Amino acid sequence: MAEFKQAPAGASIGVQAMTWVDNRFPATKLYKDHLSEYYASKNLNFWYFFGSLSLLVLVLQIVTGIFLVMHYKPDAATAFASVEYIMRDVPWGWLVRYMHSTGASAFFIVVYLHMWRGMIYGSYRKPRELIWIFGCAIFLCLMAEAFMGYLLPWGQMSYWGAQVIINLFAAIPFIGPDLSLLIRGDYVVGDATLNRFFSFHVIAVPLVLLGLVVAHIIALHEVGSNNPDGVEIKANKDPKTGIPLDGIPFHPYYTVHDIFGVSVFLALFTAVVFFAPEGGGYLLEYNNFIPADPLKTPLHIAPVWYFTPYYSMLRAVTDPMVTVFAVLVAAATVLAVLKGGLAARWKIAVLVVGAVAIVALKLFDAKFWGVVVMGGAVMILFALPWLDNSPVKSIRYRPNWHRYLYGVFVVIFVVLGYLGIKPPSDIGTLVSQAGTLFYFGFFLLMPWWSRIGEFKPVPDRVTFQPH
Amino acid sequence: MKKLILGLLACLSIFSAHASSEGPAWDKFDAKRVTDMAALQNGAKMFVNYCLNCHNAAFMRYNRLRDIGLTEEQIKANLVFTGAKVGDVMKSAIDPKEAKEWFGGLPPDLTLIARSRADGAKGSGADYLYTYLRTYYRDETKATGWNNLAFPNVGMPHVLWELQGQQRAVYADEKDPHDAAKTVHVFKGFEQITPGKMSQAEYNLAVADLVAFLQWMGEPNQTNRWRLGVWVLLFLGVFTVIAWRLNASFWKDIK
Repeated sequence: MAEFKQAPAGASIGVQAMTWVDNRFPATKLYKDHLSEYYASKNLNFWYFFGSLSLLVLVLQIVTGIFLVMHYKPDAATAFASVEYIMRDVPWGWLVRYMHSTGASAFFIVVYLHMWRGMIYGSYRKPRELIWIFGCAIFLCLMAEAFMGYLLPWGQMSYWGAQVIINLFAAIPFIGPDLSLLIRGDYVVGDATLNRFFSFHVIAVPLVLLGLVVAHIIALHEVGSNNPDGVEIKANKDPKTGIPLDGIPFHPYYTVHDIFGVSVFLALFTAVVFFAPEGGGYLLEYNNFIPADPLKTPLHIAPVWYFTPYYSMLRAVTDPMVTVFAVLVAAATVLAVLKGGLAARWKIAVLVVGAVAIVALKLFDAKFWGVVVMGGAVMILFALPWLDNSPVKSIRYRPNWHRYLYGVFVVIFVVLGYLGIKPPSDIGTLVSQAGTLFYFGFFLLMPWWSRIGEFKPVPDRVTFQPH
Repeated sequence: MKKLILGLLACLSIFSAHASSEGPAWDKFDAKRVTDMAALQNGAKMFVNYCLNCHNAAFMRYNRLRDIGLTEEQIKANLVFTGAKVGDVMKSAIDPKEAKEWFGGLPPDLTLIARSRADGAKGSGADYLYTYLRTYYRDETKATGWNNLAFPNVGMPHVLWELQGQQRAVYADEKDPHDAAKTVHVFKGFEQITPGKMSQAEYNLAVADLVAFLQWMGEPNQTNRWRLGVWVLLFLGVFTVIAWRLNASFWKDIK
């Protein structure tokens, strides 16, 4: 327990009150640790807006969500009508609803950009592995949150989108059918599904999400923010004050910086909310203005845009693609045995694992492997801190061809997203298969390629031009 | 970075060339009509007279029509025929069972019809409705005696036929441009069989009014939304300048 402090004689009421509080709750300490004496590198650039913007959108979603729940009815018979009631009869309901529906997409935009920042500046590298892992878990929660929230308006696309995705779980061998039944709570998507998704969407997942966000920020403030140079600012402290030479207090410098970022973001966000809330059918799908009808399957069912890169990877896994996987596993196994320099015992183990993998690939349905690929595409992000072997953190000091590789990675991710929106086509499948192989190659081969090339010397201090 | 973005756009344009939708192109509905009160009022009248007999607008309250410049008395006197209260939603008097017998299904609710029928590649839902309501033609092979260019094998007969008159579709067999050995059935245009109460120009305007009403009904608040949005953006524009200068004044100390 901290020492009990006494306010100096003749102190103002404010100081006396804070002393009283601080003796019972570390208010001033928290304020200092996380704001006024949290030192962040002074060269944080554009990409560093998206962390605070993610927090802003999270708050927006929670606040608008609270108001929506006041009028929304999680009941298959009345859900659709209650959303229209919010849009028409509840004062300002339309604004709250559009903010929430646009906010879902905005959330993914800022989170994808935030993750991209982490990737290019190596923010997941030691000692920030846990920040990254908490972040990946947040991303996973966000996907669950968005997926379940999308069912709630109970339109045609809500209904059939959920039907398609839940059916994916049925492809898992042995437990699949029972698992999908457990998720739906019924043999088809219905009232039971809507009720449990509502429960998960408004309480279960947000609770986990908030806990993870707190963990994400505590971990960040423990080790300190990374920066575009990937330099550890704590390695260069002022000998007298112990403050990092390149660090500046988060408040006021980054709070005022973030206010600027927030106002630009809000201008873009409200432009969509007020002038294009449907987002050309990508934010609110046209089909979703038709109430859910279990007897009428829409011609083309696509998930919302933020899931489509992964959905493309799922669709890319056809029977020939599984054969390609088997060949790749065989090649990797042979390579590991011949070139791995392993002890005989390990060689046998690798051979056995490889053989089992190939048998499993051919034994189970391609649809199941599609689900594995889709899940794996997200789960592989968790391993990133241990896949990257480059001697430097930041892309700034990596070989030029690494930059191009990261560029191609983004292009492929966007192309996969685009293909996931479109109905399947021969050329589209081929492109998404190549894209899927690149995506996994990028990560799985990273331990090797990330070491290759000529790295530039990393400076001791961050690069910064006063503005 | 620039190269990257350009390359990305180039990639996208290759794929979008493959995206195409089926059926004839839609005529463009003049979206300005949605803010024209006289057009909306005429559209509301047509909607109540011609559509509401079979279709519901189950999320739309009669008294919301005050937003298009009508008083509650006017609404009660001229637009409520079913004995509904002015605060009720617009329900049709049709019996769902009979509807199934007559049309093979319950006619869809029209509250959100303009929003739900949009197609990214072809146009807005209003464009579709404006085309659909003008492309009915006589087709004796169908049970109702009617067919539609924008909605082939449509279940609904041509309710506005008295206004438009009857027309037939003229098709011609032409050589398939992709395969010289084949011929394709090409739509050449409509031919008026019997005249309606309205000239073609008058009919187009009447349909435009009805479509304006349907578009407005999809989101009665849409014009308010635009108006408010302008103020919000103006505020944020000013605020962004202030935030930018505030940021600069703090950061000038950082060397």
